[in-house]
Amino acid sequence: MDVNTIAWLILLLPLASAAVILLGTKKSAGISALISTGSVIATLVLSFLLLAQPDTAAAKPLQWLSLGDFEVTIGLKLDSLAQGMMIIVTGIGTLVHVFSLGYMHDDAGKARFFAGLSQFMFSMTGIVLADNFAMMFIFWELVGVSSYILIGHWYDKDSAADAAKKAFLVNRIGDFGFMIGILLVWVLTGSIYFDEIAKAIGGVQNANLLNAAVLLVFCGAVGKSAQLPLHVWLPDAMEGPTPVSALIHAATMVAAGVYMLARVSFLVGAAEMAADTIAIIGGATALLAALMATQQNDIKRVLAYSTLSQLGYMIMAQGLHDGSDAGMFHLYTHAWFKALLFLGSGAVIFACHHEQDIWKMGGLRQKMPITFWTFLIGTAALIAVPGTSGFWSKEAILEAAWHDHNYLVWGLGIAVAFLTPFYMTRLFVVAFLGKPRTKDADHAHEVSPIMWVPLAILAVMAVISAYITGPLEAKGHVAFHMSLTAILSLAGLVVGVLAGWKLYAGCDRDPVNIKLFANKFYLDELYLGIVRLFQDFVGMTFDAVDRYLIEPITVRLPALAAMSSGYVLRLLQVGNLQAYGFLFGLGAVVLIWLIVF
Amino acid sequence: MDTGLTLNHFLAVSGILFAIGLAGVLIRRNIIVIFMCLELMLSAANLTLVAFSRFNTGANGAPDYHGQVLLFFIITVAAAEVAVGLAIIVALFRARETTDVTQIASMKN
Repeated sequence: MDVNTIAWLILLLPLASAAVILLGTKKSAGISALISTGSVIATLVLSFLLLAQPDTAAAKPLQWLSLGDFEVTIGLKLDSLAQGMMIIVTGIGTLVHVFSLGYMHDDAGKARFFAGLSQFMFSMTGIVLADNFAMMFIFWELVGVSSYILIGHWYDKDSAADAAKKAFLVNRIGDFGFMIGILLVWVLTGSIYFDEIAKAIGGVQNANLLNAAVLLVFCGAVGKSAQLPLHVWLPDAMEGPTPVSALIHAATMVAAGVYMLARVSFLVGAAEMAADTIAIIGGATALLAALMATQQNDIKRVLAYSTLSQLGYMIMAQGLHDGSDAGMFHLYTHAWFKALLFLGSGAVIFACHHEQDIWKMGGLRQKMPITFWTFLIGTAALIAVPGTSGFWSKEAILEAAWHDHNYLVWGLGIAVAFLTPFYMTRLFVVAFLGKPRTKDADHAHEVSPIMWVPLAILAVMAVISAYITGPLEAKGHVAFHMSLTAILSLAGLVVGVLAGWKLYAGCDRDPVNIKLFANKFYLDELYLGIVRLFQDFVGMTFDAVDRYLIEPITVRLPALAAMSSGYVLRLLQVGNLQAYGFLFGLGAVVLIWLIVF
Repeated sequence: MDTGLTLNHFLAVSGILFAIGLAGVLIRRNIIVIFMCLELMLSAANLTLVAFSRFNTGANGAPDYHGQVLLFFIITVAAAEVAVGLAIIVALFRARETTDVTQIASMKN
């Protein structure tokens, strides 16, 4: 197959699968699931074929929109960045699909679920392969829609429907900035194609406008990658089925923002101030999310906040000089172990009859040995135990911050390196060790092979992915040398794990109680208050306009006119024959007057 | 035959007749009188028709007879109308025992 066929097949196979399921096989859930899984396995194979292509490969573009000189094409960019990302998306996608075959086995909306997954794969592939901003924006929105559909999969549950709505709306806020940013970049450079923008970027004189443009484009990443202040949707998105959380809200979709920034790293590099802002927002998100994670009791929420925190790392790296590659490297390794952790939590939740509170688990080590060991490996990778993939990529980011002399951001990163081992140890100790605290946990047993095989594969990848940097070519390195950064992050690992162990081993209740962290710094409440205030204000304004302007003019004035004219005309209806005759004569005279004179 | 009369003389008489008729219709209370005044207005209109007919002479000096033909139709129809009108008045009088139109206003209620 030539590169054209491969690339277009990768993009269109998932779409075809979604269409076939929704239009045809919706009634038979089993076939639908197999179609969807088949399509994703096919795209994984095709992605490996794509990997063999040279860095400069590109598929023949498709004309989509033509307005005078301005043309938008659906073109596929197949450089090593896209090739590597495709391996992550389709690789994790495949494992999640297989896992879902088990996890969603008895779900009533199974066909709809798999159609949603296929649609997501299509949208995500579109973002990864896009060669211009317009196409990326289209698929960006499609990913938002897929995410909405999948979070709200159990739409009869209020919390799921609300979470889906919240995710969509919060994302729209970021996307609005993204759109304006794209337009600004177009105005500044005269093109929406990445290659042409890269060439034209040197000629942009107005540094302020460029900074603004980059920050606005970054808005899109803030929404999609759930950075401060738009991070609030991601923890709520855990209302969706757990495989969705693994695929979309941990490994791929939320990485879209990071990927987009890496794609336009030449833009970020050209805008000094914007880059600093990006790094600081990333670092702040990493720290705040890690603090919030220390006090959550829902197993998926702890993982959600750790995802936020790790995404903060990646975004932070995008804002550093020469940090983009480190950020992508972390994205690549993180995708594997975070998908592993989420699917592991899915297995736990499945085994405990949909119990998500870690304080109602415990003692799962004996009940679910495979899940236990794979989860342990995932945790080790996340807290950056030397030798695991997470260790290498996190070191790369922290080193990049150090070498950039950006000490504020570096400090934030180091602080997170202390917190991550702490809260992950807490989660692990409480959920898996000790003794079972409830009947559900006591009756838990190991999940079926269709669910633990993906876990095992992901566990292997969680360790070795950093050494197989093939998909990323030069973007990731396994390199280590003793430095202040390395010593501090190793110290963080030891201190965090020991503190977590000391505090939580053998506990049946949370011995630490920090309301501020448990309530996520009251940010949700703050937003709710702002929205409510704003809504009340707008409501009051419109109410006043309606009550005192529109209603008098359009309703009461015509009514009054009809009533008063009726009152006047009623005077004429005297019921006297001769009066009518007189009026008739008068009318005739007036008519003659009008006609003759 | 030149009597020195012009169209305007006839129209003036006709106008006066019409005005008298209209005034009668509007002012008098007795429905019989009102009815007679209506006939007077009709006659005024007839007079106008004849006058226009007489003074609208063609190329050979003959008057335009259309107006006179129309006059006969009007007289015929008016005769029929009088018959109907008088019948209604008689019926009305039997029902209300009055010829005063101010008393006959019950359609109002």
